[in-house]
Amino acid sequence: MSARMHGTPKGSTLLFATLILATIATWGMGSLGVTGTWGVAILAAISFWKGAVVILDFMALRHAPLLWRAITMGWIIVVWALITIAYIKGLAQ
Amino acid sequence: MDTVTTPQSSMPARGPVQAHGPRLAGDLAIWFFILAELLAFGVFFAAYAFARAKNIELFAAEQAALNRNAGALNTVLLLTASYFVVRAVQAAEAEASRQCANWLGGAILTGFGFIIVKLTEYAAAFEHNISLSSSTFHMFYLSLTFFHFMHVILGLVILIAMWNGARQGRYRPGDMNGLETGAAYWHMVDLVWLILFPLVYVIH
Repeated sequence: MSARMHGTPKGSTLLFATLILATIATWGMGSLGVTGTWGVAILAAISFWKGAVVILDFMALRHAPLLWRAITMGWIIVVWALITIAYIKGLAQ
Repeated sequence: MDTVTTPQSSMPARGPVQAHGPRLAGDLAIWFFILAELLAFGVFFAAYAFARAKNIELFAAEQAALNRNAGALNTVLLLTASYFVVRAVQAAEAEASRQCANWLGGAILTGFGFIIVKLTEYAAAFEHNISLSSSTFHMFYLSLTFFHFMHVILGLVILIAMWNGARQGRYRPGDMNGLETGAAYWHMVDLVWLILFPLVYVIH
């Protein structure tokens, strides 16, 4: 999406709407008791995408120096990787 | 918050961002602060996830008693506040101080909405004699959510200061550093909740 000087996208309203829809989807999956490896994988993917939108578009890091983008995106990748590893470890218990 | 200025923030204010190359929005200092916060929350999240892996049944049973609707509502409130902050920054960039203040006012209201929902949730938990020592799950639930709750309160203080600044016309193209710095902090508070909610309230 094209950006303003600040770096937030002009299409922020559309992004916001999709974030809300994704939140409703997450809530719905939780309410329906969706579980198991695939259910959790989908939940994690949705949540990862939401976090990436906040980092890249709301925090305007899409237009920041590569180092800052790498650190923040690296953080969310590592956090979700650790959560996934712990979940798999729990399944094996 | 306006005391430290990055070289990028002193760039010319007009034109699309691509024309000026990479740019970090806000003070460099706030980004180091944000990184420290993200690291702290990251350790907390990993500790919760691995503690859960050792106590699957306990965590599942006590997580089921949480108010997932309240958690989802709070996610919507924080996302809405974050969106309002984005619009406030865009309004200031368009030299529309009044709209900037209005968007920030909306963000403050939705932020207080989060506080009210969270306090209601805590009141219900305390009615059931839930405390830090109730169980491993409740220790994590209360400490993680309260740690985040304190960040929301600080974020609201910053938003109120920015709202006051916007009402006085303090933010405009070329003088956005204070607004961008506060916005970055608020988005960090939102970002952390976007992991906390599915991790603690949903994934089982």
